[in-house]
Amino acid sequence: MLKQLTTTQVWVHDQDEALAFYTEKLGLELREDVTVPEMGNFRWLTVGVPGQPDVAIVLMAVPGPPVFDEETRVQIMALVAKGAASGLFFAAEDIQATYEELRGRGVEFQGEPTEQPYGTDVGFHDPSGNQMRVAQLT
Amino acid sequence: MSAHVPPARHLLRARDLVDARYREPLDVPTLARAAHLSEAHFSREFRRVFGETPHRYLLTRRLERAAALLRNTDRTVADICLAVGLRSVGSFTTSFGRAFGLSPTAYRAAHPPAVTRARIPTCMRLAWGRPQPSSFGEDGCERSD
Repeated sequence: MLKQLTTTQVWVHDQDEALAFYTEKLGLELREDVTVPEMGNFRWLTVGVPGQPDVAIVLMAVPGPPVFDEETRVQIMALVAKGAASGLFFAAEDIQATYEELRGRGVEFQGEPTEQPYGTDVGFHDPSGNQMRVAQLT
Repeated sequence: MSAHVPPARHLLRARDLVDARYREPLDVPTLARAAHLSEAHFSREFRRVFGETPHRYLLTRRLERAAALLRNTDRTVADICLAVGLRSVGSFTTSFGRAFGLSPTAYRAAHPPAVTRARIPTCMRLAWGRPQPSSFGEDGCERSD
């Protein structure tokens, strides 16, 4: 039986840009950042919500060969850019305060917090185009 | 918060702020405002409830996070100092030594390298670890069709 989700991943166009966004604007913390020479300088870069050490988000650069051929890499980049790739849902204690705080740091929201059957939430995209939502759950 | 909330809840709010935003230039006046208390009263009450001053709690949280980054990243000590909200590498080194009994560099050397600790999934090691297709030939295997 599966026990717990530990790691999730989003494709990002630029790992440094993504790290700055996820840490400086969203307030996540850097967890792991290592470069592996024997994997073609693959960079394992993870962030997480402060106080939630058991779940990490991998900020993964879209690879070319030998992982993906160039055409596939370009296709993935394009899908992410137009918002057709993966996403992350976060929770907040106070959605209005969080919305205003993140907006003050430059996060561009897709609207204002809106009541839903499960709580109040609002969405935005990361710099690469991944869909993010933050909700105050009821 | 409403008036009936126990005073310690305001202090917990300030401590949560440290845990969430230790990377930012937090100071005691900011924390006192979060707790809706005067600075002097806040520091005294924080110490009474949590057993240490707010300044010390903030510093030890930063040092704890720095230790994690020393173990789990290959970033420089100076980068890590800034990443946890500290400004002076010299002060960071001194404080870290007092807390952990080792300099940041020695602490890192006492642990397995981050690259061996990183939880890189096997599928990625297999996918990224293959040599580039163009970097070697396939002797005797050329297709004729």
